[in-house]
Formats: sequence, structure tokens, C-alpha cells
Amino acid sequence: MSLIRLFKTVFMIDFLTGLIMAIKEIFKPKKTINYPFEKGSISPRARGEHALRRYPNGEERCIACKLCEAVCPAQAITIESSEREDGSRKTTRYDIDMLKCIYCGLCEQSCPVDAIVQGPNFEFATETREELYYNKEKLLENGDRWENILAANINADSSHR
Amino acid sequence: MAELFIFFEQIYKILFLLIPVLVSVAMIVWLDRRVWAFVQKRRGPNVVGPFGLFQTLADALKYIFKEIIIPASSNKVIFVLAPIVTMTLALIAWAVIPFSETFVLADINVGILYLFAVSSLGVYGIIMGGWASNSKYPFLGAIRSAAQMVSYEVSIGVIIINVLLCVGSLNLSDIVLAQKDLWFVIPLFPMFIIFFISALAETNRPPFDLPEAEAELVAGYQTEYSGMMYAMFWLGEYANILLMCAMGSILFLGGWLSPIDLFPFNVIPAPMWLILKILFLFILFALIKAIVPRYRYDQLMKLGWKIFLPFSLIYVVLTASFLMYFDLLPGN
Repeated sequence: MSLIRLFKTVFMIDFLTGLIMAIKEIFKPKKTINYPFEKGSISPRARGEHALRRYPNGEERCIACKLCEAVCPAQAITIESSEREDGSRKTTRYDIDMLKCIYCGLCEQSCPVDAIVQGPNFEFATETREELYYNKEKLLENGDRWENILAANINADSSHR
Repeated sequence: MAELFIFFEQIYKILFLLIPVLVSVAMIVWLDRRVWAFVQKRRGPNVVGPFGLFQTLADALKYIFKEIIIPASSNKVIFVLAPIVTMTLALIAWAVIPFSETFVLADINVGILYLFAVSSLGVYGIIMGGWASNSKYPFLGAIRSAAQMVSYEVSIGVIIINVLLCVGSLNLSDIVLAQKDLWFVIPLFPMFIIFFISALAETNRPPFDLPEAEAELVAGYQTEYSGMMYAMFWLGEYANILLMCAMGSILFLGGWLSPIDLFPFNVIPAPMWLILKILFLFILFALIKAIVPRYRYDQLMKLGWKIFLPFSLIYVVLTASFLMYFDLLPGN
């Protein structure tokens, strides 16, 4: 052990340097945000809660092609469909098990009509499991609620698709 | 009737001491987390109550409502007893801490010995918890903790001898009053440093938190505990830290005495000075938690037995010779 090393060990020089640095750090601005009251920015590609979108005239976008159901790696999506009176094919059931979902975004990518999308909302915790078995109604309601942001996000990301 | 009156007076005194101590334990947990967060440029708990001051109360409330799980293969009596022992021992030691010349619950003549004995007994809570859990990690944690606490107790004992040589009394109030002219931190500065480091080891704080090294031992002796029993271990630990800070400020920083007997300082009431000194030491504890990495076990033992113990023994000899040579021995 060299003399300098011995000196440093006995007088705890390294430790004191660290302590002074720690005290300096206390007065520097914080790097974290005050989460529930203040939120970070979210990318337009963020993959949060699902939503089923509508056309501006109120018609559902989904054409029941079942590509999302097929591509879903967690098999979280269940779709049943039938022909409507006007001859168009529409879903009668569109369920997403949010507990199975791995939020990979493949459903959104596979959708030919931008019907199923993942919005920026990630704060949808519930008190029971049952509330996380989303059905068509819930998903359409989500779509209606977030439509402005969803459309803006798709538009922002359109040059990369 | 007179006996009854004395009885109630004592109960009142005990509550008057115990409730502030328990409340300050809760506050100190908050302070610890807050300082830790600030050093890492985080915010720390700041939601519950003003500045998050009630965070610990919220946590304790949560623990109360959690189920207490007692492992099937554990020794149930000892398993339940362990946190109670830890908590009780951490609290009964406060009986001898003098907050001012008159405000001390039990002004016994062997105060420092009592304090030392009670803080040594603290290891029993940990050993009982670790052994009674009947599981690998708690057992290893308990063994480590026992070895560590016993090792560092030895050097704390020798450090206390240093102080006692300068005082000539085991009474804590006398120890404080002997520092009226000069705090012992100045002549015994190396001892103060060693005492502080040993106190870190004694209370299982980083960098000596090997008993609960989360990377190796999950949570050490607390692994099998849950609910209120875990919270009691946790509060007992912080009460112990607070006690060690109190001990440090009484032995070295002049207890309730103000630094200089001048106008702005001697107006502040005596207990306030003790509290300020305890807080100062505790903030050091918290800062150290934030900046140091954990010791390796053999380094820990080497530091305790090969460096601290010989060094404090040599210092005892030095102090004794100095006092003898200059005829400064107390009582002469």
C-alpha cells in the first residue's frame, strides 16, 4: 500500500469527497417529474389502452376482417361477425382481454382501416379483473373519447407508415 | 392513595417521553427517504400530508391491514416474539436519555452501562427472528447480523471507556455536564469517527447492511415477516438508529448543552439542542446511506477487529496517560 493510499484511507479522503458531492447534489434541480400532478410527454406511437375508431359520420371503421385476431400473439382478441341488413360485414362481438394483451401493437399495425388503435392512455387500472375484459361497447366508447388525439397521432406518424 | 398518584405520574412521564419518540421515529423514516431521494435528484415521498410528512403513518396503516403470515415450519412463539423484542428494546433505552438537566425519566448512576446493555440485547430480536423463521435467508442474515453487531459492540465499548476516563462517572447527565467547557468531540475526534462508523454497523445501516443485503439475502432476517410484524422490525430499527444518534450526541456532542453560552444560543431550550444534534447525526446517517456501496463481509470483520478495536484500545492508553501526566483525572 503506497503512502498516498494509506493517507487517503486513514483520513477517508475519498469518502469525504463523496459526502461533499452528495451535499452539492441535494441542491440541484430534480430530474424526476411529480408524476400524478405533472406528466411526461408521450410519443404519438405510444401503445397504451385500445380503442375502436369510427368514421366522422358515426359508422364503425371495423370491417371484421379478423386480421388483428389472427396476428395477436397473446390471443387476447375475440371477434364474431355477421352480415348487417345493408349487406356490410360488421362485428357483433369484439372483445379484448386487457390482462392477456402484451401491448405489442401488432393489431394496430395489421388493421387495414385504422379501426383498432392503441391510444396514449396508460392509466386505466381497475379494482377488479372483470373490468379489464373490454367488450366492443367499451372500446368504441374509448374511441369516441380519444378520437381527437388518436387522429392527430395517426396523422403525426403517417409519414413513417 | 399516594402510591396511586406516583404510579400515574410515572405513567404520564413515560407516555410523555414515548409518544414523541414514536412520532419522531415516523418522521425520521420520512427524513431518511427524503434525504436519500434528494441526493439521487429524486423527489421522495411528497404526497401524503405537507411535504409528505405523513407518509410513514400511511405506510404503517397499510401494514396494519395486511395479513400476518406465520410460516408453517417456524417456531411460532419466538417468531411472534422477535419483532416485539426488537421494538421494546429500542424503546426502553430511551428511559435514561437526559433531555435536559431535569428532564430525564430514570437518572440512574449506571446510565451508560444500561444503554450499552440494552443496545447489545438488540441482537436478540434479530437472531430470534432469523432462527424462528426456519428458512435459509433469514438464518444467514441473522448469523451475519449477530457476528457484525457483536464485533462492533466491542469497539463501541472501548470508545465509551475513553469518554468515561474523561468524565469519571457512568451517569449520562454527568457525562453531558462534563462537556460544559469542551465537547468531547474535539479531544476525542478519532473516537467520534469510529463511534459513528460502529454505530452504522451496529444498526445495520449501509455500508454495513449485510444482514439484509437485498441482492444476496432477499431481506435477511425480515424475509418471512409480513404485515405489522414487519413494520415493527422496521420501526424498531429506526428507533435504534435514533438511539445511536442520541448516544453519539450525548457522549461526544455535549447532549443538551448549547455550543457557546452566548445570547442567541442559550435562549433555545435544552431539549431542542439535543434534538438538533440527533437530527444532525441522523442526516449524516441518511447521506451515508445514499453514497456508499456495501462492504464485503470479510472486509467488515477486518475493519471491526483489526483496525477499530486496536486503534480504540491504543487511544484508551493515550487518553489515560495524558490525563494522568497532566493530572487532569476527574475526581482529583
